[in-house]
Amino acid sequence: QTEPSLYTVKAVLILDNDGDRLYAKYYDDTYPTVKEQKAFEKNIFNKTHRTDSEIALLEGLTVVYKSNIDLFFYVIGSSHENELMLMAVLNCLFDSLSQMLRKNVERRALLENMEGLFLAVDEIVDGGVILESDPQQVVHRVALRGDDVPLTEQTVTQVLQSAKEQIKWSLLR
Amino acid sequence: MPLGKKKKKKHDFHKNFDMSAHPHQDYLPSQPGKRLLDKTHTFCICPPPGEHFGTTEATEAFFAMTRLFQSNDQTLRRMCYLTIKEMANISEDVIIVTSSLTKDMTGKEDVYRGPAIRALCRITDVSAASSFPLSSPSCFPLHMSYDVVKRWVNEAQEAASSDNIMVQYHALGLLYHLRKNDRLAVSKMLNKFTKSGLKSPFAYCMLIRIASKLLEETEGGHDSPLFDFIESCLRNKNEMVVYEAASAIVHMPNCTARELAPAVSVLQLFCSSPKAALRYAAVRTLNKVAMKHPSAVTACNLDLENLITDSNRSIATLAITTLLKTGSESSVDRLMKQISSFVSEISDEFKVVVVQAISALCQKYPRKHSVMMNFLSNMLRDDGGFEYKRAIVDCIISIIEENPESKETGLAHLCEFIEDCEHTVLATKILHLLGKEGPRTPSPSKYIRFIFNRVVLESEAVRAAAVSALAKFGAQNDDLLPSVLVLMQRCMMDSDDEVRDRATFYMNVLQQKQKALNAAYIFNGLSVSIPGLEKSLHQYTLEPSEKPFDMKTVPLATTPITEQKTEIAPVATSKLPEKLAPSRQDIYQEQLASIPEFQGLGPLFKSSEPVQLTEAETEYVVRCIKHTFTRHMVFQFDCTNTLNDQLLQKVVVQMEPSEAYEVLHYIPAPSLPYSQPGSCYSLVRLPDDDPTAVSCTFSCTMKYLVRDCDPNTGEPDDDGYDDEYVLEDLEVTVADHIQKVLKPNFSAAWEEVGDDFEKEETFALASVRTLDEAVGNIISFLGMQPCERSDKVPENKNSHVLFLAGVFRGGNDVLVRARLALGDGVTMQVTVRSGDETAVDVILASVG
Repeated sequence: QTEPSLYTVKAVLILDNDGDRLYAKYYDDTYPTVKEQKAFEKNIFNKTHRTDSEIALLEGLTVVYKSNIDLFFYVIGSSHENELMLMAVLNCLFDSLSQMLRKNVERRALLENMEGLFLAVDEIVDGGVILESDPQQVVHRVALRGDDVPLTEQTVTQVLQSAKEQIKWSLLR
Repeated sequence: MPLGKKKKKKHDFHKNFDMSAHPHQDYLPSQPGKRLLDKTHTFCICPPPGEHFGTTEATEAFFAMTRLFQSNDQTLRRMCYLTIKEMANISEDVIIVTSSLTKDMTGKEDVYRGPAIRALCRITDVSAASSFPLSSPSCFPLHMSYDVVKRWVNEAQEAASSDNIMVQYHALGLLYHLRKNDRLAVSKMLNKFTKSGLKSPFAYCMLIRIASKLLEETEGGHDSPLFDFIESCLRNKNEMVVYEAASAIVHMPNCTARELAPAVSVLQLFCSSPKAALRYAAVRTLNKVAMKHPSAVTACNLDLENLITDSNRSIATLAITTLLKTGSESSVDRLMKQISSFVSEISDEFKVVVVQAISALCQKYPRKHSVMMNFLSNMLRDDGGFEYKRAIVDCIISIIEENPESKETGLAHLCEFIEDCEHTVLATKILHLLGKEGPRTPSPSKYIRFIFNRVVLESEAVRAAAVSALAKFGAQNDDLLPSVLVLMQRCMMDSDDEVRDRATFYMNVLQQKQKALNAAYIFNGLSVSIPGLEKSLHQYTLEPSEKPFDMKTVPLATTPITEQKTEIAPVATSKLPEKLAPSRQDIYQEQLASIPEFQGLGPLFKSSEPVQLTEAETEYVVRCIKHTFTRHMVFQFDCTNTLNDQLLQKVVVQMEPSEAYEVLHYIPAPSLPYSQPGSCYSLVRLPDDDPTAVSCTFSCTMKYLVRDCDPNTGEPDDDGYDDEYVLEDLEVTVADHIQKVLKPNFSAAWEEVGDDFEKEETFALASVRTLDEAVGNIISFLGMQPCERSDKVPENKNSHVLFLAGVFRGGNDVLVRARLALGDGVTMQVTVRSGDETAVDVILASVG
């Protein structure tokens, strides 16, 4: 049996719908050169982009994945890893990005917000260790938007307050 | 790829990363800085084809970036940290930012502390022990050296009771990492946490893994509190924990069916979960259970059958292979139909898994071989990679071996396959098999056409293999011999030299029409070690001699070439550039030859496996390797001194033989300091007067000069005193005088050796109840190689014939045919043949 360890994630990948790399972070040297990494990405893309199956065993590694419109998200771990843990990472990443991009999880919006992506992944997994699994915490720590908190994230009181303000001003015109 | 597509790809890259193309209204004033960082960061992650960051470029970019530390923009600062981490490996002088990072690490801004710490850890080893806020999230110290981290054990302990679930998880991982070499500390830690309860599902998973590791190391019984803890996790609220617990239980060695039951029922529930990941995890784990405890999984068969049509192909495949392991004979037909419908859609890796499961099923239900064979031959015709086809070929071959009735169909399918096979390795393997099995079938002539077609049509390697196969037909079947000779003549005109050489060689041997020659040169190949042969021949050419070269002086190949497992087909050596690695035997030969006293002993015949002469965990650890020469034996004692306050010198193992063996010489190990193994040797002469007295027991005592020494410095005292240490007795048995050798065609070898020195005797084996046991005992006692798969006793038979082959010390073949009958006890009639009368006597004497 393998040694119990906190280092559970091997890689986090985001590919576009041609299978080209948008974001890739490898946490160990399973694929040490960029060439090998790209070959691996091509392989998993070919095997997964047609089906909607969530999970597969490819090249001896467990791959969990999720796609949305024109983006494909992958979290890779060893085949001994608890698959549900890897799913937790994937879901956290997807949900955090979903909030940060205001539900607009597609390529163009992602490209416009790359630093948010970098920081978010850094908060979720660092060096292969899972740091956070709660998307709210991740969004809070990345805290890209200083003042203009989007409508969906404000509390009810805040919304009512700003609605009152708007009505007041429109009446005054 | 059409030109248009290529262009699109290049454009795509720039489209993805050319920030100036998209105006962003959301950016705060430090736009250029951010964009620079974004670009640098993405460049590191995703360099355009053919370009990458050189060290100088990276260092320059790095220095430029450090100015951005001035900005107060949070995001910019955070991006700086990320870029530092990314560039830590490619830039030089990265530690220049250490002071800025340290300031951020201890600063007031919460948001910076964690990421700053992590960046700092990546670039340097933080030895300055300031307060380390382990209890705040996002502060996990990665990649730090053990010595540094262990200072924060107390903080880690506190953090483990934190409310934050991730902090708990990290603290636990850290504590385990710090203490993993101290088993007692680990179990104390486990005790504490299993009682106090945890909030984090990740921490629970970690605990479960630590607990199962501990159980495995201490070989704890399954009534320990650790096991109870894991079992209680099956009822945890979080699925992740439940699954981890089930998986841990399933992987534990020596689990009874009763202990497995709760884990299996939990997995069964998961099979019907809507989440694919859960179904996948469950079916994968059930697959592993089915390998060892198929009966435990039969309860899930219905759920598994539902999964065959799952949209996720991996799940479907795993479901099928699990069913194959647990299914009954009647369900085999139905299962095979279901598999054939979807096997074309799954990836190669899974296809191989399915084939291996079918192979296991074939062995379980040999009567179903015709159904399986049909199915396998269909799969063989479909597309697939090399690994897949090879798995199928191996499966078919193993069915042929187990079931003689399936042989003709199997061989026919394989012949059809090689008509159109692009994999040389597989073609040669099948030709080799045809050569071996074909001549024994009722109508061997039909295979000749297939083989000869290969000679005409294929590559050199395959042609050479085909020639060898043809020769075997000619050698075994007299009526085919004239036709084979004609074909062989045609092969002598081949364009490749290996093919011509083989054809000429076989032609000449076959024309002699002598059984003995056929046996030696066509049926049973070289049994000597090839590097050994090379050396001996080289030696022979250097010293001109009147005597012809004697094969008997060449050491035998130590690993018997098992019949169906040869991956490397008999290809011409010019095609295979790899050299055969020196075997263990060759290494020992070199070592012993370097000792002057052992120069005149002749070639090394055999080296035994190491025998332990001390129990585990004693002060001195000694193991012995017995080297057999033609008339002597050398005992090599590998000794290790595990006491760090002693230095041993002039170490010798004194041996007292029980029989007529004569100890000639001791070669001591000069010095044995703490924990450095050394070897000493004893040279013993084999008894001349009674050559059949081959077994002997030696009582062994280790004698040495011991000097006490300081455990810390290793400095020995000036004086020493003699001491001795008694070891376990060492046995030399008949197996030490015989080397295993595989004869693929035993009857040919039997004829070749001849009956000049044949002797026969009958024995009653009193203490043995079954034929299986008898066969096992004889094989291990004599140390000879079973041939023609005669080590497998078919079920429900009362008699069996065992064929054993070996080479006796001195180089003569020795063959044993043992007829066993099961009656009241087991009676055995042993017939022994050899070129050397001594060998025959020795075998019979030792069995008696």
